[in-house]
Amino acid sequence: MPKLTRWSIKAALAYLVAGAALAMLGDARAVAPDGVAWPVVRGPLVVHLLVVGWLTQLIFGVAYWMFPTYSAKRPYRSQSLGWFVFVALNLGLLLRVALETGLVAKVLAAVALAGSGAWMQWLFVLSALLQLLAGIAFVVNTWGRVRPHPGAGARGSGGEGR
Amino acid sequence: MPRLARWFVKASLLYLLAGFTIGAAILIQAGGGPWPVVWRLRPAHIELLVVGWAVQLAMGVAFWASPRFRRPRPRGDVRVAAFAFVVLNTGVLLAAVAQTLLWPPPLLLLGRGAVLVAVVAFAVHLWPRIKPVGA
Repeated sequence: MPKLTRWSIKAALAYLVAGAALAMLGDARAVAPDGVAWPVVRGPLVVHLLVVGWLTQLIFGVAYWMFPTYSAKRPYRSQSLGWFVFVALNLGLLLRVALETGLVAKVLAAVALAGSGAWMQWLFVLSALLQLLAGIAFVVNTWGRVRPHPGAGARGSGGEGR
Repeated sequence: MPRLARWFVKASLLYLLAGFTIGAAILIQAGGGPWPVVWRLRPAHIELLVVGWAVQLAMGVAFWASPRFRRPRPRGDVRVAAFAFVVLNTGVLLAAVAQTLLWPPPLLLLGRGAVLVAVVAFAVHLWPRIKPVGA
């Protein structure tokens, strides 16, 4: 299992735990004692932790490892593009978490930055673009590997490959 | 990887691109962006990524990697799985467009029905292949 796959799967597991914990935290609000300032957990944030952070990242990691090799010299096609996918996806998603949980707003307020609304807006754009670029890069790096296994043509079922 | 699995996987990659693009537009809008109309794409965003991307990729990989039979048909009746591929994609696209363009509910139901028929057909295809390797 290549290093990038191990990192991807371990990060995916961390998102799975975080998503489940946040979901429980959000639901616990209904039974929290009166007067306790309970954090608000937005449903879409939990869904994205589980669908992007867990499921999609797990697929990215396993596909990088198990899909047919691109060539003998470059079995994973581009390792650097693979790492770009990992970094961009996680930076984008973590930035979204920081934005939607109010962490970024608190930091901006603490440093008393002028025009913090515009900063927030641009950080949402950055988060969106990082995740989109990760998706595009994954497709670019994977598309050429969706092919018959090398040398399987003659032995596979009806020449379709293994 | 057999031809039909490649179709499943490549179609799922296209849905990933479409779903992430719509998702990026929605996230930018959530941060105060200039196109409130993109909120109408939210149901399509979910449809494309959950069924078009994740479910379809899993179907393609299952078709590819599940244990095979002896010849002459190592993957059983491939036509059933091919039928599932066509009907699944028809259903996903119909459901996504119906929700985006606010088409009458029966059309959304038709799309969801097509997805149901597709997954049942795929399960029928795959069921006998869930067996010990070589059995």
